[in-house]
Amino acid sequence: MTTTVATQGGIGTNAQRPDGALKARGEFAYSSDLWHEDMVWGVTLRSPHPYARITSIDITEALRVPGVQAVLTHEDVPGTNIYGLEHPDQPVLAEDVVRYQGEPVALVAADHPETARRAMKRIEVAYEVLPPVVNTEDAAHGRAEPLHPNGNVVRHVKVRHGPQDVRADVVVTGEYEVGMQDQAFLGPESGLAVPADDGSVDLYIATQWLHADQRQIAVALGLPPEKVRLTLSGVGGAFGGREDLSMQVHACMLALRTGKPVKMVYNREESFYGHVHRHPARMYYEHGATRNGKIVYVKARIYLDGGAYASSTGAVVANAATLGVGPYDVPSVTVDCWGVYTNNPPCGAMRGFGAVQAAFAYESQMDRLADAVGLDPVEVRIRNAMSEGAVMPTGQVVDSPAPVVELLTLVRDKPLPAKGNDLTDMPGGVSNTTHGEGVVRGVGYGVSIKNVGFSDSFDDYSTVRVRLSVIGGQAVASVHTAAVEVGQGLVTVLQQITRTELGVDVVTIEPMDTSIGDAGSTSASRQTYVTGGALRAACAAVRAALFERIGHTDLPLDHDKIVEVLGTDVIDEVVEWRHRPTYRLDPETGQGNAHVQYAFAAHRAVVDVDVELGLVKVVELVCAQDVGKAINPEAVLGQIQGGTAQGLGLAVMEEIQLADGKIRNPSFTDYLIPTVLDMPPMVIDVLERPDPHAPYGLRGVGEPPTISSTPAIVAAIRAATGMALTRVPVRPEHITETS
Amino acid sequence: MEFLRPVSLGEALEMKAARPEAVPIAGGTDVMVELNFDHRRPAALLDLTRVAELAEWSRDDSVVTFGAALPYTRLINELGTDLPGLAIASRTVGSPQIRNRGTVGGNLGAASPAGDTHPVLLASDAVVEVASARGTRSIPASEFYLGVKRNALEPDELITSIRLPKATGPQQFAKVGTRNAMVIAVCSFAISLHPNESRAGAAIGSAAPTPRRVRQAEDFLTEVLDWESPQALPDSAKRRFGELVASAAEPIDDVRGSAAYRKHALAVLARRALGWAWDAYREGERSCA
Amino acid sequence: MTPQRSAYTRRTVLKSTAAATAVTHLTSAPAIADDGGTSEITLSVNGQRHRVAVEPRVTLLDALRERLGLTGTKKGCDRGECGACTVLVDGERIKSCLTLAVMRQGAEITTVEGLARGEELHPVQEAFIRRDAFQCGACTPGQIMSAVACINEGHTGSEAEIREWMSGNLCRCAAYQNIVAAVADAAKETPR
Repeated sequence: MTTTVATQGGIGTNAQRPDGALKARGEFAYSSDLWHEDMVWGVTLRSPHPYARITSIDITEALRVPGVQAVLTHEDVPGTNIYGLEHPDQPVLAEDVVRYQGEPVALVAADHPETARRAMKRIEVAYEVLPPVVNTEDAAHGRAEPLHPNGNVVRHVKVRHGPQDVRADVVVTGEYEVGMQDQAFLGPESGLAVPADDGSVDLYIATQWLHADQRQIAVALGLPPEKVRLTLSGVGGAFGGREDLSMQVHACMLALRTGKPVKMVYNREESFYGHVHRHPARMYYEHGATRNGKIVYVKARIYLDGGAYASSTGAVVANAATLGVGPYDVPSVTVDCWGVYTNNPPCGAMRGFGAVQAAFAYESQMDRLADAVGLDPVEVRIRNAMSEGAVMPTGQVVDSPAPVVELLTLVRDKPLPAKGNDLTDMPGGVSNTTHGEGVVRGVGYGVSIKNVGFSDSFDDYSTVRVRLSVIGGQAVASVHTAAVEVGQGLVTVLQQITRTELGVDVVTIEPMDTSIGDAGSTSASRQTYVTGGALRAACAAVRAALFERIGHTDLPLDHDKIVEVLGTDVIDEVVEWRHRPTYRLDPETGQGNAHVQYAFAAHRAVVDVDVELGLVKVVELVCAQDVGKAINPEAVLGQIQGGTAQGLGLAVMEEIQLADGKIRNPSFTDYLIPTVLDMPPMVIDVLERPDPHAPYGLRGVGEPPTISSTPAIVAAIRAATGMALTRVPVRPEHITETS
Repeated sequence: MEFLRPVSLGEALEMKAARPEAVPIAGGTDVMVELNFDHRRPAALLDLTRVAELAEWSRDDSVVTFGAALPYTRLINELGTDLPGLAIASRTVGSPQIRNRGTVGGNLGAASPAGDTHPVLLASDAVVEVASARGTRSIPASEFYLGVKRNALEPDELITSIRLPKATGPQQFAKVGTRNAMVIAVCSFAISLHPNESRAGAAIGSAAPTPRRVRQAEDFLTEVLDWESPQALPDSAKRRFGELVASAAEPIDDVRGSAAYRKHALAVLARRALGWAWDAYREGERSCA
Repeated sequence: MTPQRSAYTRRTVLKSTAAATAVTHLTSAPAIADDGGTSEITLSVNGQRHRVAVEPRVTLLDALRERLGLTGTKKGCDRGECGACTVLVDGERIKSCLTLAVMRQGAEITTVEGLARGEELHPVQEAFIRRDAFQCGACTPGQIMSAVACINEGHTGSEAEIREWMSGNLCRCAAYQNIVAAVADAAKETPR
C-alpha cells in the first residue's frame, strides 16, 4: 500500500490558479505582448475574393518602400507549400488560385507595422474573379465545380444501426439550420519568430497544439522538426480557433528571410479571416416513435460546410454523425453526414465540435416528438434516455455511467425564478423597449452527449516529465509538458495532481514547449484526462523510484520523508501515456468503438421573450453535468458557465453573416457575443459518477454545456412564442416573421 | 497627419478656417474607429478637448444649452432632470467607458443614421449652434441631417453647443438592439410631449438615410390628444400612431436587421412609448389637479 | 501558500527557452513610420512621467503597449467594443483604443500595472483572484480597471447595478458570475 499524505491544494480542492496573480497584475505575457530587440513586424496580404485565379503578383513597388525588409510570395515558401491539420490541402501562400476571402497571398516585413501595411497595399495582385461555390448540398452531391482535385466531399460518414427502413406510428420531421459561429477569443492571433544562426527558428506562439504546429511548420519550411522550436506564450482564449495554423509559418518565413525576429499580430478584423469557424449546418431529421413516445428510429441527413479547406472537417463530420441522435436509446439509426468544400471561410474546431450542430436538430426533434405524443419535454427525454450499458448507433457499448435521467431530473426540479420588474430585467434592458408589454415567459430543456478525447483510431497520448528534488530543504516537484494552457486551468490541475500524488506542496509548471514529447491538443475536453493521466503515471514512476531508494513501500510518503530520502538526488521521470485505443469507423456502416469516453450535460433555460419585438432575455440557466470527478470544483463551474454562455451566443446572437462567400460583419460591432447583461446567473449541479476507465474517474468538462444550452434556450423561446424556430441564432426577424 | 490643439473656441475656429479639411475630435468614439482601421486618413485632426467652453452648460427657466463636447456621463448626471429623453437615450450609448468620453456633438458631427441621440434632438426641437470664423448659425435639428453621414455644417464650421427647451412634459426614447448592452440601434424612436403647445414631437433613428421627424404621426397626435382633460388613449389610436411612424421609415436590409423588421419594430416602439408618455402626462395632470 | 514560480512574465518567456535566444529587453520602438512627423510628448502613467515620441495617429493604447512597454492593457477589437483596453484617465474609465496619446498629455493615466503597491495587490485584484473571476485573462486588466472605476462611481448597490455598469467589458470565457461577485466583494472592502 503506497499512500501519500494529503497536502493542501490537491485534487478535489479549489486550488487557486498559479497564473492568477500575473493575470490580475497585467504581467502575464500573452503572445501579443512579446518584444524582442531588433524585431520587425510582419503583415499578411489577403485575397479580397472568395474564389479567383491569380494571374500575376507584382511586389516591385512594395519592395521600394523604405523600411521594408522582405516581401514574400508562394515562390518563397522554402518547403512544401501545403499544410493542414488532418489533411494537407491548404497553401501557406496562395499560388494560382484563392479559395476564400481572406486567404493569405503575400507577406511583408518592415521595421514598423504601419510601414509594412503601407507596403502591403503596393503589392499588385491581378485576379480573375470566379463565381464562388457556396451551396453545401450542391457541393455534397456533385452539383458544383470541384474546388479540390478529389472533388468537394471532404468526408461522408454513414451510420447504419439496427434494422433499416422500419416504420412507426408517430413520425416527426424537421429541417434545421445552424449559422456560422466564431470562437471570438479576446486575444487575436499573434506570435514572435526568432531566427537562429544555424538556420533554425524559435516561435513563441499562442496555440492549442504545439507539436501539430511544429510538424506542419517544419514541412512548410523544409526543415527537420527539431529545427523548429515552439514555446507557448500566454493564450488569450482559444475555443478551437487556434488548433489550425494562422501566422505560424508566415512569421517563421519572414524571420528566416530577414534574419531578424518577426512579430505578427492580427487585429480583430483580420482575426475573423485568420482562423476557422464553427461549421454551419443544414440538417434533415425524421424521428419515428410509438404513441408512448418511445423512439423507434431516427433518420438524418446532415450537411456541414467546411469552407475552402479541410481543417478538421473530417473529425467534425464523424462527431456529428456518431453523436447525431443524442443521448438516447435508438434501435434503428440511419445517418448520413457530409462535410464539404465550398468557397466560404474555412471551418474547423470550435467547442462542441460537430455535436453542437446535431444537438440543435435532435433536441428540437425531441420537443416536436413530445408535442406529437402529448408528453412533457422532459418526460419524453427520460423515456428515451440512455444509461450505462446502452448501445450507441456505432454499436459501441457505453461502459461507464451515463446518468442522463438524473441530469434531466435535477434541472427540471429546480424552483423557477420569479419575474423581475426592473427595466434591466426586461428583454431589451435599459434600451427601454418594453415595460412588460408583450413579454411572455418560456421554459425549455436540452441535453447533450459529447465524446471526450480524440476518436476514430487516432493515437491519442500525452507526454509528461516530473522532476523531484530538494531545494533549500524543501521538496519541489517540477512538471514539464507540451500540453497547452489556454485559460481553462490545466496548470492548476497539474499542480493539484502532483501534490496529491507526491505529497509535496511546491509544484512548478515549466514553460510549455516542444523540447518534450507531444501532449496532443488542448481540445476535445481532453487535457485533464490525457495529460492528467500522463502526469499521474509520471508521478507513480517518481514514487516508485523513491520507494526503491527507501527499500520498502509500506509507509506514508510525506514531505519530510522525501527530503530525508532524496537528499541531493534528483528523480526525473518522463512518461508517455495513452488512453485505451479507439477504432476506425466502418466506412459503410459507421460501426466501431470509435470513442473513448462520453460526457453528458443537461440544461433548463428560462427566457422572457418580447413576442412583439422578438427580443429575448435569458432569465436563468440551470445546468447539471456529470464530470466523473471534479479535480477542481470551482474551475469546473467556470467551464460550465463559459460553455453555456457560448451556447447562449449561438442561440440568440452570434453569427458570421455571409454573402456570396464574403463576411459581412467582421467586427465586434456586428459580431455580437454575450455581455454580462446577456448571460444570466446560473444554478449548477455537478455530479461525480466515476468512469472506471479514466484517471480518477474524471470526465472531460469543457464542451458538453456548450452543446445543450443552445437547444434549451431555443426550446424556451419556442415555448414562449409558439413558433417553430428551426434556425440558430434566432433573430428578432424570425420571431416577428419579418425576415 | 497634423494635430491641432486649440485652447479656446476662437482659436479652434481660426484653425478650422485655415484648415477646413481638419477633422474635429473630442470624445474620439467615432473618429478613432475610422483612424484605427485606416478607413480615413485626415490631413489634420482638430482636438477640441482643451476648449473649455465646449464642455460647459447653462440653463435658464426654459432652455438648456450644453457644449458639443460635454460627455454623456455628465449630461445624464447634471442635466438628466431637465432633459429626460436625452438622458434615457444617452444611457443606451455604448458602455460606461464610452459615455465618459462620447458626446452629443460627436453624434451630430458623425451624423450616422444610427446615432442614439438624434431622435430625441428632433422630437425635442433641439437647435444646433454652429460657429465659424465668419460668425454663428443656429440650425434646427430638423434641418441638420442631410444624408447618410452628411450634415448641414460648412467645411469651416464647428458645432459649438446644443440648445433644447427644458422638458415641459414626459419624454421617452426606445431603441432596439440584439444584445442587452453595447449595441448599435437596429432602430430607435423618441417622443416628447409639449403640453404647453398642445402637441408632441416624435422621431425615428436607424430607419432612413437620416434620422427624421415623423410629421404625419405628430399631426395625428395633435388631432387625437386632449391636453386639457387627458383621457386614456384607446389602443386603436396608439396603433394608428405606430402605423404612421412606421410609414415614415425608409429602412434598409443590413447585417443588423431587415427593413421589414425595422418598420415592424418602429410601430411597436412608437405605440408603447406614446402610451408611456401619455400615461405619465395624465398621471401628472391628475396629481396637479 | 507556496511560492509559485512565474513562468509567464514577459521577460522570462523568452529567457527560459532555447539557449540560442538572446535575452530580451524592453526598449522603445524605432522611430515611427509616418507621413507627418512625430511629436515629443509627456505622458503621466501610474505616477511616472514619460517622454515619448509619437506620431499623432498613435492611440493611447499603442503608446502604452509599444512605447512604454506597459502591455498589461490589452487590445481586443480596436473599436471600443470589448473593453480590454480600459484605463483610468484622471480617475475616469475610458477605452484607450479610442483616444490619441497626444490628447492625454497632462492627464494622470492609471493602468493595471499601477494598481498594486509593490507586492500588495489592490483589493479588486485580490477579489478577482479569490473569486476565480477569469480564465484566459485577456479581458482581466480591462475588467479590473472598469471595476475600480465602477466602485469609485458608486455603482455597486446591487448585483443588477454592477451588471449594468460592468457591461462595457466582454469576457469570452464568460466568467461574468464570478466577476460580479468579485466587484461586490471589493466594493465592500473599498472605503469611498
